[in-house]
Amino acid sequence: MEAQSNTAKLRVEGLHLSFGGVAALSDVSFEIKEKEILAIIGPNGAGKTSVLNCITGFYRTQRGDIYFEGKRITNLRPHKIVSLGITRTFQNIELFTGLTALENLMAGRHIHMRHGSIAGSLFFGKARNEEVKHREIVEDIVELLEMEEIRQKVVGSLPYGQRKRVDLGRALALEPKLLLLDEPMAGMNVEEKEDMARFILDIHELKGIPILLIEHDMGVVMDIADKIIVLDFGEKIADGVPQEIKVDSKVISAYLGS
Amino acid sequence: MYRPCGTFDETYIQDIAIIRTPMHWSSLIAGIILLFSLPFLVSGKYLSLLNLIGISIISVHGLSILTGYTGQISLGQAAFMAVGAYTTGLLAVYLKFPFWLALPCSGVITGITGIIFGLPSLRIKGFYLAMATLAAQFIIPWLIVNVRPDLTGGTDTLVVPTAHIGSFAFNSQERIFYLVVPMAILVTFLVRSLVRTRIGRAFTAIRDNDLAAEAMGISLFRYKLLAFFICSFYAGIAGSLWAYWMRAINIDYFLLSDSIWYLGMVIVGGMGSVPGAVFGTVFIRTLDLLVKNIAPWLGTVVPSLAGVAAAALGPFVFGLIILVFLIFEPRGLAHRWEVIKSYFRLWPFSY
Repeated sequence: MEAQSNTAKLRVEGLHLSFGGVAALSDVSFEIKEKEILAIIGPNGAGKTSVLNCITGFYRTQRGDIYFEGKRITNLRPHKIVSLGITRTFQNIELFTGLTALENLMAGRHIHMRHGSIAGSLFFGKARNEEVKHREIVEDIVELLEMEEIRQKVVGSLPYGQRKRVDLGRALALEPKLLLLDEPMAGMNVEEKEDMARFILDIHELKGIPILLIEHDMGVVMDIADKIIVLDFGEKIADGVPQEIKVDSKVISAYLGS
Repeated sequence: MYRPCGTFDETYIQDIAIIRTPMHWSSLIAGIILLFSLPFLVSGKYLSLLNLIGISIISVHGLSILTGYTGQISLGQAAFMAVGAYTTGLLAVYLKFPFWLALPCSGVITGITGIIFGLPSLRIKGFYLAMATLAAQFIIPWLIVNVRPDLTGGTDTLVVPTAHIGSFAFNSQERIFYLVVPMAILVTFLVRSLVRTRIGRAFTAIRDNDLAAEAMGISLFRYKLLAFFICSFYAGIAGSLWAYWMRAINIDYFLLSDSIWYLGMVIVGGMGSVPGAVFGTVFIRTLDLLVKNIAPWLGTVVPSLAGVAAAALGPFVFGLIILVFLIFEPRGLAHRWEVIKSYFRLWPFSY
C-alpha cells in the first residue's frame, strides 16, 4: 500500500455520477503520480469540472472511489478534503470579494493557523505573532505571483486577470499537496495566458506538487501537461502523453475537430 | 489603505497596527478622557441616553459580527438580550449571584441559546434565515412570560438588585456610566481585534462566498454557530448590563421592534464595520431622543397632530432614515467617515 501511494498521489477508480437520469460521469478512472501535471480536456459538458467537484467533495458520487495518498476520501466533506492537502481554484473565480487580495491569501492560511476566537479577540500575543508569521509566508506567494501592486486592493474591484491570480495565490497559500486548477486561463488574452502558464510551471518546479489542470486551450495543454485525459459525454475516451493524444482518432473526432 | 504622509512601515506588526501615529494615540487618549468626564458635564436624561448607547453598542457589536461580518441576518437580537437580562435577574434575585459572576454567566447562557436558534442557518440563508430567527423573537418572550411567571414575574416587572463591586454600588446613572462605558470600549476592542484575525476572516469568507470558504477548509457548521454564539454572547452581556442599569426588567423592552432597531443601527452604521456599529448606534439612539423631544413641541405648533406626532414620529423618522441610507449610503456612516477623513487628509490643498 505504501509503495503504491508513493507512485500514485491521487487515484480515481470507476467514478460514477448522475443527476437524476442524466449520467454526468460514468466509470472514469485515472491517477496522478508524484510531480506530474495531468490535464483533463474535453468538449463543453463532458464532465471535466464534475470530476473536480467529486474529488473536492462538492458533489457526492454514487459509485466509485477516490484515494489520496492511499487513503479513501470518497464523499468526505469539502473542508475535510482540504485539510488533507487537496486544493482547487474555480472556473468562475470564487473569491471573497469584500476582502483585500492580501486578506484573501491570509484566508487561505486558515487551516494552518491555530488561534481561536478568544486569542483573536485579545489580539496581542498569540494571535498577533501567528498573524505575522503567516503574513511572511503569504508575502512569498505575493512575490511569486507578482501581486505586490494589488496587495491592499479589495478583490471585488480588481480586473478579471488579476482576480484569477488571487484565486491561484489563495489556493497556494493552503500549501497543497495536490493542486486542482479549473480552467485557469479561461477568458484570458495570449499574454495573460503565457503569464499564467509560467506561474503554473514555476509552482510545479518550486513546490514539486502534482497539478491537475482543466483547460480548453490545446496549445497550452500540449505544452505544459505531462499526461492528458480526454473526456466526452462523461466517459474517458483516451489518455496518454500529449503526442499520443494529438494523433488519437477518437479524440480528433470528439474534440479537436476533423 | 491610506495613511498620513511620511508614515512607512518597516515590520508586519507595524503594517497591521490600527493605531499607528502619535496623533492617533493622543486623540484616542484625549477621547477616552473626554468620555469619562462626561458624567460631570451632562446630567439627567442625557446621561441616561449615554448609558443606553453604551449598552446598545455592545449588543450591536454582536449583531454586527453575525449580520455584518458573517452575513447571517438575525431578527432576534432583542430576544437574546432578554435572555441575558432575565438570566441576570433570576441569578441575582434567587441565587444571590454577585454582579461579576452573573454578567459572564448571562453571556454564556445567552450564547448557548443563540447556538440553538442558529442551527437553521446551516440549511437556509438570507430571507428564510431571517424568518427562522424571527421564531426566536416569538418563542423566547413567550417562554419568559409563561413558563415560570412566579419566578420571572410574567408580564410584570422583575426587580433586580444593585450591582456591587466590593462596597461600591452602581446605584446611579453616574456610577453605572463607569460600568457600561468601559465595557463598551472593551467590547469594541475585542470585536475589532477578532474581525482582523483568523476567525474574523473566516466569518467574512462565509459572508462573501460560502462555497469558496468551504474550499479553504473553513467549516461552515462550526463558524456559523460560532458567529451565533458570539452575537448572542454580547447580546447577553448587554442584556445583563441593561438589568443592572434599569434595576427592573420587563419583557416590553425586548420586542420585535427593538430587534429591528438594532438591525437598523447595523445598517445605518455600515455592514461589516466596527466603527460603523458605534456610529450607527450613537446616531439612531440620539435621533430617537431628539424626535421624542420634538414630538410634544410639534403637538403645540400643530394641535391637530398632537396625538399622532407623539406616537408615530419615532417609527416614521426611523423608517425614513433607513430608506435614505439604503438608497444614498448603503455602506453606512462608516464609509462616509472614511470619505471625510481622506478629504481632510489633503485639506486645504486637495488637488
